Amino acid sequence: DMVELLKIGSEITEFPKELFYRNRFEDTRQRENQVATQIQSWFRACKVRAYLSHLHKKAIIIQKIWRGFTARARVRQMVKAAYFIMKMNFYEEMAVRIQRRWRGFFQRKYIHNFYARKSYLEGVAIKNILVRRKLDKLNEVQKRERDCRAMVKEQEGKVYQAQRLHHLMSTKQCPGVFNSPFRQAPHEMELLLRQVKYQVPTRLAPRGRVRPQGTPSPTNSRTCCSREPGEVWEQQVQCPDLMLSLQTSYTYLEEAQNQLQQQETVRVRTETHTVCTHNDTPTHKIMLQKSYHIH
Amino acid sequence: MSQRQIIQVFEQYQKSRMQFVQTVADLASRPINIEILQNAGVMSMLRPLLLDVVPSIQQTAALALGRLADHSDDLAEAVVKEDILPQLVQSLVSQNRFYKKAAAFVLRAVAKHSPELAQAVVACGGVGALVLCLEEFDPGVKEAATWALGYIARHNAMLSQSVVDAGAVPLLVLCLLEPEIALKRIAASTLSDICKHTPELAQTVVDTGAIAHLAQMILNPDAKLKRQVFSALSQISKHSVSLAEMVIEAEIFPAALASLRDQDEYVRKNVATLMREVVKHSPELSQLIINYGALSGVIDYVNDCRGNLRLPGIMMLGYVAAHSETLAMAVIISKGVPQLGLCLAEESEHHIKAATVWSIGQIGHHTPEHAKAVATAHLLPKLLEFYMDASSSEDLQAKSKKALKSILQKCTHVPGLEPLLYDAPSNILKHVVCQFSKVLPHDSKARRLFVTSGGLKKVQEIEAEPGSALQEHINAINGCFPEELVRYYTPGYSEALLERLDNYQSA
Repeated sequence: DMVELLKIGSEITEFPKELFYRNRFEDTRQRENQVATQIQSWFRACKVRAYLSHLHKKAIIIQKIWRGFTARARVRQMVKAAYFIMKMNFYEEMAVRIQRRWRGFFQRKYIHNFYARKSYLEGVAIKNILVRRKLDKLNEVQKRERDCRAMVKEQEGKVYQAQRLHHLMSTKQCPGVFNSPFRQAPHEMELLLRQVKYQVPTRLAPRGRVRPQGTPSPTNSRTCCSREPGEVWEQQVQCPDLMLSLQTSYTYLEEAQNQLQQQETVRVRTETHTVCTHNDTPTHKIMLQKSYHIH
Repeated sequence: MSQRQIIQVFEQYQKSRMQFVQTVADLASRPINIEILQNAGVMSMLRPLLLDVVPSIQQTAALALGRLADHSDDLAEAVVKEDILPQLVQSLVSQNRFYKKAAAFVLRAVAKHSPELAQAVVACGGVGALVLCLEEFDPGVKEAATWALGYIARHNAMLSQSVVDAGAVPLLVLCLLEPEIALKRIAASTLSDICKHTPELAQTVVDTGAIAHLAQMILNPDAKLKRQVFSALSQISKHSVSLAEMVIEAEIFPAALASLRDQDEYVRKNVATLMREVVKHSPELSQLIINYGALSGVIDYVNDCRGNLRLPGIMMLGYVAAHSETLAMAVIISKGVPQLGLCLAEESEHHIKAATVWSIGQIGHHTPEHAKAVATAHLLPKLLEFYMDASSSEDLQAKSKKALKSILQKCTHVPGLEPLLYDAPSNILKHVVCQFSKVLPHDSKARRLFVTSGGLKKVQEIEAEPGSALQEHINAINGCFPEELVRYYTPGYSEALLERLDNYQSA
């Protein structure tokens, strides 16, 4: 067809032009590609940057609001704590004031009481004086007692002397030693001699040597009655308990006497006595009584 | 030979034995004869006579033996060596009361010399036999047995323990209740000897209720009994607070004060000892005793007696003052300090002086008031003298130094401190100067007094190393006075002035 042929003819003539036109940018293709990439990348960056800054701004807003919230909460807490601490300090100071007053009072009243100490020391001084006085009085009383006793003893001594010296008393004929004619008045001894009644002096106990308790004085028993030389010895050997004092049963005396008498009768049958028999039992009794000295 | 003659031989022998034994016993009562008897071999002669048939010879032989052993150490040892003790102990159980008395006398005479001999007595069963004797009726036997037990218990704690273990203590307390005074005395003395060693022994005695009985006997008029009773109570109370409290609870106190004025000096001494032992333990006990007015009694006691008898009184004052300052002030008020000063002046024995110095230290070291009381009694120079004196014993020197230091640290009484400036060695001097440096800055009158009495001059003359505490105190003192005054008193000032005069050219 013609039309188609014309079209193809135009196409053929146009073809190199078209080809040239279509490939006119081949030499700058690389560069233009690069540039286009750059432009595109820059644009994309702008978009992203805008997005990021948008995000950033929103994030800042959120953070701002959040931080404000927490800070306010913290401040509220701090205020509460400070208030609490201020209250506690106040209370503590008041408590210290109370304790100070109380402790001062307590110490001054109970522990280091000045007035109590003062009155105690005064009391001690007074008590000392009282005790001294009492002790002095007691001392005096005791001294008086002692003096009294000494005087009584002295007087008794004088009376005893007077009793012994009765023979020195003055008679009508002859004035005694204590009643010398040159004196105005008789000596006190003379008066005592006249007052004191004469008494027969009792014999003092002889001071012997060490005598073991339980034996009778050996000489006495030998001399006061005549006995056979061996009799006392035999008695001592056969009943040694006889010669000791303080027997236990109160019938011992009778039993011992019976014992002796039995031995006597045994001996009478074997020997002849030189002593009169009727004197035997009484002397025996005296003997036995003498040997029962209880010291 | 007829029977009569044979029996006569025996009688003569018995008579001569009896005579021998009696003569030996009589001779043994005089100390001069004992050596001669010992050389003649009396011990071996007496030993068979102890086993004689006739009881009175036995008793006299035992008595003679006792007297010999009583006299000297070697004879007692000879008794032990010849094995006489076991015989004695055995026959102690069986024989009659006179023999028991004589045998107990021998045991006592042996035991009294030394702990070994007492141990020998214990070893042959003497303690058990003596305790059996304590159960007798006769008071003479009980007295002899108690005395023997007392001498055994006296030596040491072990022997006392053996006496207690034999069950003697309840019987001894029963002996206290007997009417005979001699028995009471000996029982009290034995209890005192038992208690003195350890607290356990004292507790054993207290557990049998001895304190109440001892307390009742305080009012007894017999002086020797009172001596022993107070000694027993003081030995009991010395061990611990609870024992002392028990003794006080028996209410001895107002009555015991009357015994402080007793005629017998040992009664007084023992009462003072009792008070000292009680007061030693705690301030409450001291206060209790002071409330009864004991201080005046003790001070009068210290005033009246001399020598060693004063010692318990002085120590009691020291112990009382040591507990607290109130009690020390009570001692000062009762005029204790002048009394102690008198004691220092009158006594010559060093241990008494040391005790007095210690007591003064205890009184003075509490507060300035106390130190002032000591200083006004002019005791500080005396203390210094004792410290410096080369002839005083070490104990005295040490105690006086300690007392002086402790009093000086509290003393602010300037007239009392001044005499010490002159003679004191440097270690005492630094305390004195330190006290001055504390007092002088505040008191103008004291400063004036210090200058006029020559104290400032003396202080300038003291040489001290720069930087030492002494120098600091001296500087502090110099700081209280104007400079011209200090310069005026420095040694060598007159020479310095003369030099200035030489160099001066008149204008």
